[in-house]
Amino acid sequence: MSVPEGKATDLLTNYDPGLYYDELFGGRDYPAEHSALIRQRLAGLNFGDLLRRSQDAERELYNLGITFLVYSNKDAVDRILPFDIIPRVISAKEWAHLEAGITQRVTALNLFLHDIYHDQKILKDGVIPADLVLGNSCFRPQMVGLDVPFDTYIHIMGTDLVRDREGTFRVLEDNGRVPSGVSYVVENRHMMQRVFPDLMQDIGIRPVDNYGHKLLDAMMEIAPQDVADPQVVLLSPGSYNSAYFEHIFLAREMGVPLVEGRDLVVENDRVYMKTTNGLARVDSIYRRIDDAFLDPKAFNPDSMLGVPGIMEAYRKGNVALANAIGTGVADDKAIYCYVPRMIKYYLDQEAIIPNVDTRICREADALQYTLDNLDKLVVKPVGEAGGYGITIGPRASKEELADCRAKLLADPSNYISQPVVDLSVCPTVTDDGIDPRHVDLRPFAITGKNTWVLPGGLTRVALKKGTLIVNSSQGGGSKDTWVLQDGGPQDGAQEGSAS
Amino acid sequence: MNLLARYAECIFWMARYMERAENLARILDVHETFARDTRGMTNWFSIVQLNADEKDFFSRHDRPTAEAVVHYYMFDTQNTNSLVSMLRMARENARVLRPWISTEMWTQINVFHNKLVEMNGKGVALPNLSKVCTWIKEECQTHTGITEGTFYRDQGWYFYQLGKYIERADQTTRLLDIKYHTLLPSPVVVGSTLDMSQWTTVLRSAAGYHAFRRVYPRGMSPTTVAGFMMFNEGFPRSVVMCVRQIDGLLTRLKSRYTLRNGSEAMEKVDELLGALLAHPIEEVIQLGLHEYLDGVQAQLCGITNEIGRAFFGQDTVPMTQSQSQ
Repeated sequence: MSVPEGKATDLLTNYDPGLYYDELFGGRDYPAEHSALIRQRLAGLNFGDLLRRSQDAERELYNLGITFLVYSNKDAVDRILPFDIIPRVISAKEWAHLEAGITQRVTALNLFLHDIYHDQKILKDGVIPADLVLGNSCFRPQMVGLDVPFDTYIHIMGTDLVRDREGTFRVLEDNGRVPSGVSYVVENRHMMQRVFPDLMQDIGIRPVDNYGHKLLDAMMEIAPQDVADPQVVLLSPGSYNSAYFEHIFLAREMGVPLVEGRDLVVENDRVYMKTTNGLARVDSIYRRIDDAFLDPKAFNPDSMLGVPGIMEAYRKGNVALANAIGTGVADDKAIYCYVPRMIKYYLDQEAIIPNVDTRICREADALQYTLDNLDKLVVKPVGEAGGYGITIGPRASKEELADCRAKLLADPSNYISQPVVDLSVCPTVTDDGIDPRHVDLRPFAITGKNTWVLPGGLTRVALKKGTLIVNSSQGGGSKDTWVLQDGGPQDGAQEGSAS
Repeated sequence: MNLLARYAECIFWMARYMERAENLARILDVHETFARDTRGMTNWFSIVQLNADEKDFFSRHDRPTAEAVVHYYMFDTQNTNSLVSMLRMARENARVLRPWISTEMWTQINVFHNKLVEMNGKGVALPNLSKVCTWIKEECQTHTGITEGTFYRDQGWYFYQLGKYIERADQTTRLLDIKYHTLLPSPVVVGSTLDMSQWTTVLRSAAGYHAFRRVYPRGMSPTTVAGFMMFNEGFPRSVVMCVRQIDGLLTRLKSRYTLRNGSEAMEKVDELLGALLAHPIEEVIQLGLHEYLDGVQAQLCGITNEIGRAFFGQDTVPMTQSQSQ
């Protein structure tokens, strides 16, 4: 089956991204040349064929068990992350820009973490309010004065990016604790190769399937130096965790055991796993459990998921953990606002990828501004993840706005506000044909000795018409993300943020 | 490479549940055939007795009608001995094992389970039972084939086979027992044409009819059939054949991977094998086949416990089972 190279009409004739930046077409006045061939191939398709391929892909995902668990009442249901088969395409030039920006950001955040757990210069210099860091529930006093290999704290980082109406990529959020989603990046590519090989042919897409290999390299690098052949494991909360598929995926890609807390014991400050032949030493742990649950002796004493004594083994340098303990203070929504200043402070550079303009409601001016412009702003609680508790002003009802106002006044320091970002859109298969839907992008960076950014990332798509929330728990889906190889067709799109 | 104790246990049980499901499908299929004669009700109830499910069964059903028993063993999610429950357990184990087993193994069990669950909504009419049982049997055999062709041959492979052969030995004793339970006590039909056709069915349900004919070209008696299924050295579902496999597997597992534990399990296997070879079938029947089979089942259970203690970490550190809910 091959796609007829149709005229750039047919299927995309009536497609209208409106005022938004379009990931496949580019800006209104700057058509994206790098994706012209892909558009042409898509346009030549018949919608029935597209739907059929789309259904094949979703059935395949379900059969392969590429699913996450959703809890409703007492039942746990396996759901696939809905998959849209029209890819999101990023040119080589755009990617070079993003890669540099993400590397810069990870570097600054690691420097920040090292600083706050050592000399706290940035606090003493008044760049970031000390209480915001030291009073943060994710700040771990146990980490103070502890040295970690290569001063790397965030080994695996997921950076949430959005693209505004002008086409400028902006950072919406940093994820430096236990970012998830990378398995979908790789599996989505496999799925595309299966159902859409004719669309991909000769496009020159950068591969994503060496992620596991890079992750294992980093895990080996950070293992205790005296161990010749380190045993790496992936520590999961278990098969009832909603991201269990990803844990399986990563363990398999790395070729390491996937363990749970109950498989590990600590004896004499060394970590062991229980095998058919008794206890075996463990040297490096990619943990997918939050700090709070990792060690009932050091943190939440009620945790049944963790390993008693692991923190002490870590402090003694007998085991490596990725990510390090206490990274949550760096990806907090309140700290996020200070990252551009952090980059300036540590690296003496401007942020390559700017933030979304953000106001911290703990500051009086910012609170007043937020209250005055509530109907125009997005208000977010700082502690939540997964898109919960967000109020989008322009789309909120009077009641919702009043509710938001009351919450802000009751506990201003729990909130930040941002202007509504007109998230870019991407052509997406819907029941009504190909329609624009809003997307974001989460690239993943691995840092051991050095930083490597996976070329691509998770493109999440808000499948419901008009909605801006792309989280899987709120009805979002995903797309394959194609980063084009250097030397391929270049884009003519102007990049507002390109430096 | 080290094998996590918990993985070894999951592999063992995944194999057992798949083997158990295949055997239950075989037993249901046999009964569907039996039910065509006048014995309908009694025969169906014997499956309930065989699994010692009387109490649970009658808590939800008044009478052991064909429909009630079939539903109870095919789709009743509250019944842990139903096919749908077994498949759920096999799948749960496979799910834990996904980093270890091949994608093809997982996918097949996943799809198999999902289809069975879907079928539950529609129900299975009795005339279709045989067809459905055949489908289940074939899905189980597909699993066996995929496993043979894709399972990486390390320690895990041994635990897989240990689970399979222990379960198979156990199930063969049950299949034999059900026959004795329901048919032998009636002296009128012993040796009659009807009786013979039923023994043929038992053999066929274990895919042993042609093999039996090869050993006994003429005639068929309860004694020769029981002896064949218990002691034949070439029939892949005979109890002796299975126990010999278990013996060899444990020996090789221990030596190849220099595992410290497992001696007690090996002793228990030796004991069972000795017991099996000690008495010819005539003697066994005279002493009471049912009691004898019960004894074999208890010994298989003992072997399972020893394997658990030796390799699944059930002995060393107290395991809190509820950790992952």
